[in-house]
Amino acid sequence: MIAPGRGPGGAPAVRFDRVTLTYPGAPAPALRDVDLEVGEGELCLVAGPTGSGKSTLLGAVCGLVPHLTGGELVGEVVVAGASTRRTPPRDLAHLVGHVGQDPVAGFVTDSVEDELAYAMEQLAVPAPAMRRRVEEVLDLLGIADLRDRPLRTLSGGQAQRVAIGSVLAAGPRVLVLDEPTSALDPTAAEEVLAALVRLVHDLAVTVVVAEHRLERVVQHADRVVLVGRDGRVRDGEPAEMMRHHDGAPPVVELARTAGWDPPPLSVRDARRLAGPLAEALGDLRPPPPATPGRQDGPPLLRSRDVVVVHGGGAGAVRAVAGVDLDLAAGEVVALMGRNGSGKSSLLWAWQGSGPRAGGEVGVLGGEAPEAGAGSRRARAVRRWPAAPRRPGRGAADRRGGVDGRRDPGALPAPAARALVGLVPQTPGDLLYLPTVGQECAQADAESGRPRGACRALLDEVAPGVPDERHPRDLSEGQRLALVLAVQLAAAPRVVLLDEPTRGLDEEAKRRVGEVVRELAAQGRAVVLATHDVELVAAAADRVVVMAQGRVVADGPTAEVVAASPAFAPQTAKVLAPQPWLTPQQVRAALAGGPGAGTAGERA
Amino acid sequence: MIAVRLVFRVLFGGTGLGGGPVVLDLPRVPLPDLVSGVTLLGPVTAGSLLAGVYEGLRLAAVLVCLGAANCLADARRLLRAVPGALAEVSTAVVIALTAAPQLVDSVRRVRRARRLRAGSTEGLRALPAVLSPVLADALDRCLSLAGAMAVRGYGRTADVPRRTRRASGALLVAGLLGTCLGLAALLDPTAGAASGLPLLGAGALLAVVGLRLASARVRRTAHRPDPWGAPEWAVCAAGAASAAAMALASALDPAALAPSTAPPVWPEPSPLALAAVLVAALPAVLAPRPGGGDRPRRTHRAAARPAGTPGRRPAPALGGPS
Repeated sequence: MIAPGRGPGGAPAVRFDRVTLTYPGAPAPALRDVDLEVGEGELCLVAGPTGSGKSTLLGAVCGLVPHLTGGELVGEVVVAGASTRRTPPRDLAHLVGHVGQDPVAGFVTDSVEDELAYAMEQLAVPAPAMRRRVEEVLDLLGIADLRDRPLRTLSGGQAQRVAIGSVLAAGPRVLVLDEPTSALDPTAAEEVLAALVRLVHDLAVTVVVAEHRLERVVQHADRVVLVGRDGRVRDGEPAEMMRHHDGAPPVVELARTAGWDPPPLSVRDARRLAGPLAEALGDLRPPPPATPGRQDGPPLLRSRDVVVVHGGGAGAVRAVAGVDLDLAAGEVVALMGRNGSGKSSLLWAWQGSGPRAGGEVGVLGGEAPEAGAGSRRARAVRRWPAAPRRPGRGAADRRGGVDGRRDPGALPAPAARALVGLVPQTPGDLLYLPTVGQECAQADAESGRPRGACRALLDEVAPGVPDERHPRDLSEGQRLALVLAVQLAAAPRVVLLDEPTRGLDEEAKRRVGEVVRELAAQGRAVVLATHDVELVAAAADRVVVMAQGRVVADGPTAEVVAASPAFAPQTAKVLAPQPWLTPQQVRAALAGGPGAGTAGERA
Repeated sequence: MIAVRLVFRVLFGGTGLGGGPVVLDLPRVPLPDLVSGVTLLGPVTAGSLLAGVYEGLRLAAVLVCLGAANCLADARRLLRAVPGALAEVSTAVVIALTAAPQLVDSVRRVRRARRLRAGSTEGLRALPAVLSPVLADALDRCLSLAGAMAVRGYGRTADVPRRTRRASGALLVAGLLGTCLGLAALLDPTAGAASGLPLLGAGALLAVVGLRLASARVRRTAHRPDPWGAPEWAVCAAGAASAAAMALASALDPAALAPSTAPPVWPEPSPLALAAVLVAALPAVLAPRPGGGDRPRRTHRAAARPAGTPGRRPAPALGGPS
């Protein structure tokens, strides 16, 4: 416990006094006996596994919990001198601001300037003062050039900064943010964090932020609050809290390996300590990019000159502008790039369910599911007309094409998903039945598999998901696993995952990395479209970087990411120019000498 | 629209009503006594056909006018002009306007995702599969929006004594009742304007006072309120002028606006009614284009004028007062 800073007001900015919070109908409290003080001008990082009550803690700070969500609050939360028990959130608006997980969902108006003014309009700030403050906020967050833009045209990072500005405009002393960077690419995340750090340092705003991406935030934090699964909370100095934390960022893991104590939290601090470690590593090198399942021979998926155009007429956007890529069996390919660089469009075009304006895609495999699928499958085929195709493509494509490749875009949906499986960014879109068991049974039926096949796959990916649970009540990780199992039931040899680690905690993320390696070891080609550089470093063999719909880099992970300031993992930054990517590689090399870091360690 | 009216005329109107020569002699379909007021088929007269065309034209004119008003006005900015007491209603409408396109996006996304599971996207069987994720999505979004609005101070009220609050509520209700009764009396030919007008006036007055009182509870300010300038006045004046011209025209010569259908005569254009129509069309030129230009905030000021002004008035000009 560190003593909270006390401002001129003499009181901490946020104080939890023996708070226990229980949601109606919940068997156990979401927060239990929380005693917490956050001082003025602190940046407080809240971390913990998903479902542990991080969001509840944040909601309690601004009064949304329990006023909006319901639930029984025992104890007292005091923010800037006001108790949330007696004051509803709307009357706390000038004291504490809250930005939710999806900033776009919280937008009320339709242009940036109106959105910034909205809170002040509600607080009846006189118009001249309002105009002045809008200008200040625009400058403070570096969004002055966006002022007239319609909100729906903003990129993720811009929307996040506008959302921060819209609550900041009311002049709160405390700012609460729920996973502000989890959906952002590394560069946009940096922009948002830089804005937050400026608020803390220049205006002494108290910032409470929940984030799974500890490696992005922990170096800026003054205090770390860890929320456990049981709803209990511990807090203290960041280095102290990270020392034994399970999901600590790679620099901290590196520190454990190298014996640095207290652990450094930023790349800079780690690099200043890294001299002896680099010497100890000496001539050791990480194992070559071993791909256990990788098979030589023709690529599973071959695409040539793929073009995707969204919209029509003058507003048409070329999301993918001529991509040639091959995917080999047994390799894990990471697709990286800014938000809006065409990653998702390319995945959907490969799968055949998304639009494709030109180019060719051919996929090997996709034997018709075993007999027994019966008439149900036949009906499904008839129900499903082929996706819209470019006119003039030969019928040869459909019957096997050249060298036995088939174009999923020209096939009916059941055949396309037997070739290429895609887990979309919002996996919940695929689920509609009331229980996990029924979803699995439905997946068996639509893939023509024997009963229980999908359930078995689910148990492999994420053991112990109860059959009778509603899919919406699953954790993010479990829901992802369920959708992956549903898609794997069709036995595609190419598996595409769009942002699989969004909203996942460290443990779930590690499991995604393992599953991806297992899928590749079974001889599938796996593609991850992701912003998560640490996942890429741990799991991918090859990295493809896209920008403006084109491939700008394609090569082995170590070569592509190590050279890039945005995409390099922390370990690479600390130990450059030595080519290490993960703390696990370093640990294995130190433990066993050269050659010890084998493929098995990579997962 | 006109064709539909005609078809209905032929289907149900065959009573020889409307007069004029019989154009189409259809056999009448006997119906049970239960629906004695309705006739099916039967002889169709030119008069009834013509009346059908007029009715269709009237409805079409209303639709065209609404569409035109919609093109010229921005509903969001219009809602900013509502009095404070109705601010919550206007916020709800704004949110609905925002949510509608999001819902469409959501449906599109889920339908696209359906193909990943080789499920059908059409028909009744697909309904739960598409609806349940879309609804869940919409509910989540509503909750986060509610939260976001609450933490930004939405719904703050000034401390107003309970008695004032009650008084404003009672005034509003009484005012609305008065307005409704007054309107009913005005439109009822047997009651006449003598009893209707005072009632309407009193009702409107009460409602205005009630709204004023209720607005005191809401403390809000507007960022960059829309200026009410020459174009706004011009648009309003055009609407009022066209309404006045129509009223005048129908008072002077009602026959000219409702051409006889039995016997059918060629409608004669009345100069006054024609002028009214032209004046009603003026806002198309007067009102600056909403969203035109690259700085929309400052260009579509006229959007704040009441959209109904140019919208409804011209309608009778085409079809005659109904």
